[in-house]
Amino acid sequence: MGCGNFGILNAFKNAVVELGIEPHQFTIVSGIGQAGKFPHYLKCNTFNGLHGRTLPVATGIRLSNHEMLTIAVAGDGDCYGEGGNHFMHAIRRNINVKLFVHDNQIYGLTKGQASPTSLEGMKTKNQPFGVFSEQLNPMALAVALDCSFVARGFAADMEHLKNLVKAAINHKGFSLVDILQPCVTFNKINTYEWYRKRVYHIEPEYNPEDRAGAFKKALEWGERIPIGVIYKNNRQILEERIPVIKDMPLAKQAVAESKWENILKEFY
Amino acid sequence: MDYSIKIGGEAGQGIQTVGDTLAKVFARSGFHVFTHQDYESRVRGGHNFYQIRFSDKPVMASKEKIDILVALDKESVEQHQSELHDNGLGIYDAASLKQKYGQPRFLDIPFVALAVARGGNKIMANTVATGAVLGMLGMELDALISIIKNTFKKKGEQVINANINAAMAGRDFAVKNCLRCSFSAGNARELSRKPKMLINGIEAIGLGALASGCKFYSAYPMTPSTGIMNYIADKEEEFGIIVEQAEDEIAAINMALGASFAGVRAMTGTAGGGFALMVEGLSLCGMTETPVVIALGQRPAPATGFPTRTEQGDLLFAMHTAHGEFPRIIFAPGTPEQAFYLTNKAFDLAEKYQIPAIIIFDQYLADTEWTFDGFDTSRIKYTDYRLRGDAFKNLKEYKRHAFTDTGVSPLGIPGEARHLIVTDSDEHDEEGHIVEDAGTRSRMVDKRLFKKLLLIREEIEPPVFYGDKNSEVVITGWGSNYGAMKEAIDELSKTHSIAMLHFSEVYPLPLTAKLDYLNILKNAKKTICIENNATGQFARTLRAETGHVFDAAINKFDGRPFLIEGLLKEISCHL
Repeated sequence: MGCGNFGILNAFKNAVVELGIEPHQFTIVSGIGQAGKFPHYLKCNTFNGLHGRTLPVATGIRLSNHEMLTIAVAGDGDCYGEGGNHFMHAIRRNINVKLFVHDNQIYGLTKGQASPTSLEGMKTKNQPFGVFSEQLNPMALAVALDCSFVARGFAADMEHLKNLVKAAINHKGFSLVDILQPCVTFNKINTYEWYRKRVYHIEPEYNPEDRAGAFKKALEWGERIPIGVIYKNNRQILEERIPVIKDMPLAKQAVAESKWENILKEFY
Repeated sequence: MDYSIKIGGEAGQGIQTVGDTLAKVFARSGFHVFTHQDYESRVRGGHNFYQIRFSDKPVMASKEKIDILVALDKESVEQHQSELHDNGLGIYDAASLKQKYGQPRFLDIPFVALAVARGGNKIMANTVATGAVLGMLGMELDALISIIKNTFKKKGEQVINANINAAMAGRDFAVKNCLRCSFSAGNARELSRKPKMLINGIEAIGLGALASGCKFYSAYPMTPSTGIMNYIADKEEEFGIIVEQAEDEIAAINMALGASFAGVRAMTGTAGGGFALMVEGLSLCGMTETPVVIALGQRPAPATGFPTRTEQGDLLFAMHTAHGEFPRIIFAPGTPEQAFYLTNKAFDLAEKYQIPAIIIFDQYLADTEWTFDGFDTSRIKYTDYRLRGDAFKNLKEYKRHAFTDTGVSPLGIPGEARHLIVTDSDEHDEEGHIVEDAGTRSRMVDKRLFKKLLLIREEIEPPVFYGDKNSEVVITGWGSNYGAMKEAIDELSKTHSIAMLHFSEVYPLPLTAKLDYLNILKNAKKTICIENNATGQFARTLRAETGHVFDAAINKFDGRPFLIEGLLKEISCHL
């Protein structure tokens, strides 16, 4: 098996085609890392920005045009490391952005350093004594922040991942899909085999709307790793709370030239 | 007539309310007004002051000497009594300060007791003080009364009347007891002067943004830039603008870039420290050719420095910061009027050339209030350079970063047509996709940087030249030093051959076709560069770019602005 990116790319393409979304109808904002190049392999509007900064750009796009489906694609280092602050606050805002994190538990582009999701104890060139920090749990973090949609997928389970992508796009609210992605070149621990042995589809009777239960599910990691929708809620999205864009996206509104003269009167 | 009034006290005592109200009264009465503020980085306590100068002739800087001192605490008397003119007067409330100061320089006015007796509440003590100042000046209360009515509109008739009574109590007391008061501002009404517009620098930047069609403002609060966010947020609904308070300055600039990419005029604002965080975003703006306007409020640094004070220390930082080479524009307004029109020009050029435009200012310009006869909205330029609607839809082919003669590629809006908008922080081809080849890289740099820069330089206006062209001495400055320098020239040119050059469009440096400022400098016997920083950043820029070496430099870096007397003394040393 090759790079996990292929599985993600195919699952995403199939999801978008099945949803009948045209290339000009959505924008992908990506950062830096192997995941950052994702939109270049697709036909869509693209803002491939800086490392860690996908979510602020995506937020700006949504506030400017909330009719534009806006997707953020980032890696584990990109989103949880460099962009950690933005991740927290995008969830708080509940901006209706879909975030797909390619989580390979390693830095690929810089050739094999530990990432925030690397297993504790993993030895790399830069961590010769093994990773000292505890592994970041994006699912638990997102549930703790009351993220509107929290899911985990696996790059090699394409059909399942495709359905998660569709569910995230169809969900109204900030959506996080963390995608376990083997890096065959630099991560010799979390291999296809390693994931296959552990991942399981979340039971159909599981209730993703129970936050306490979701937190428990989010903590599962190790011998068994759940994939599927862990948590969702129907918090109001930021775009619907702003009176200014109630009727029309900001980018389509005319500039209020006629009011300029009047405003000067306030200074007399 | 030319009077200066200083109101001093602790933070939280209402100095600003008294100052703002008096400034408004003078402006409405048709006087020329200039105010500046000095405050500490704290919410309560410390020592702050508000200084107002007003005259029947234009004023554009503060003086060291004052005519009236309103002391709301003992510290104000101790720090500022030496600034009083020989016939100047201090007023204070002995009961509140628990201290008596000697006549005839100090007049005890029971602000609190009068407020309680006539207004019914001690919180109106400041209204008593305001009325007292007007009484000392021999002015009527009409303008003050209309301001009180407006300010307390929502609080009802009773509060309005109580405040009017408090103001009258202060006025009456001053008229009766201020035997030394020889001020004569009272005949304003007979002269029937037209009310003037009163505006500070920060409002002028906000106003300029509104009048340029700014629709998105994202920022993290930081003195001295926060006022822009406050001003625009107040107009959100009326003007259809979104103001988003970002989690940090990195997010602020990236949000602005996202909003701009999606089709609206976007702006962010910060101070030097926040701008440091924005730097990678500035570079992203340069690479993706996404228009953005950045207001950069300098303050004395390094690090946190003097958070509420003034300095011109970030000019070279703004010019050179961010990795890589790309064009940018830096404007440094010297007055609120310039701030208004230059903010508009910043929006226009940022979008026309798809570049970052920086408005650099400081606490001094942000807070100083000036009077004007009015701003002219017909001078506002609003051209929508984006590709929208049918014009975009009917294009056969679209490439976001297409090579063109001007270097400017068509700026489409995602979603408006079937054409795709692709841009990248990596080097990219015309379509916006990542490339690695040398040829495309070279052509992109040529397009992005050289071609555009040639055109941008043509847009930059020359400096203001004030005085006689053949002057022996030419003083030069930029940004907020404008007012103090101009007043210094008015004074010194009576006895010396002296003129000034003031740059408000500082980068790229203006060409010499419209005004050969290099020749003016060359022909002068002595050239002096005046800056509110330690190392003479503008002087270094001019030397680096044009070879002109100033004969002398006047640098002030104590966190305070140039005042007229101080600047005159400094310049005189070189004459």
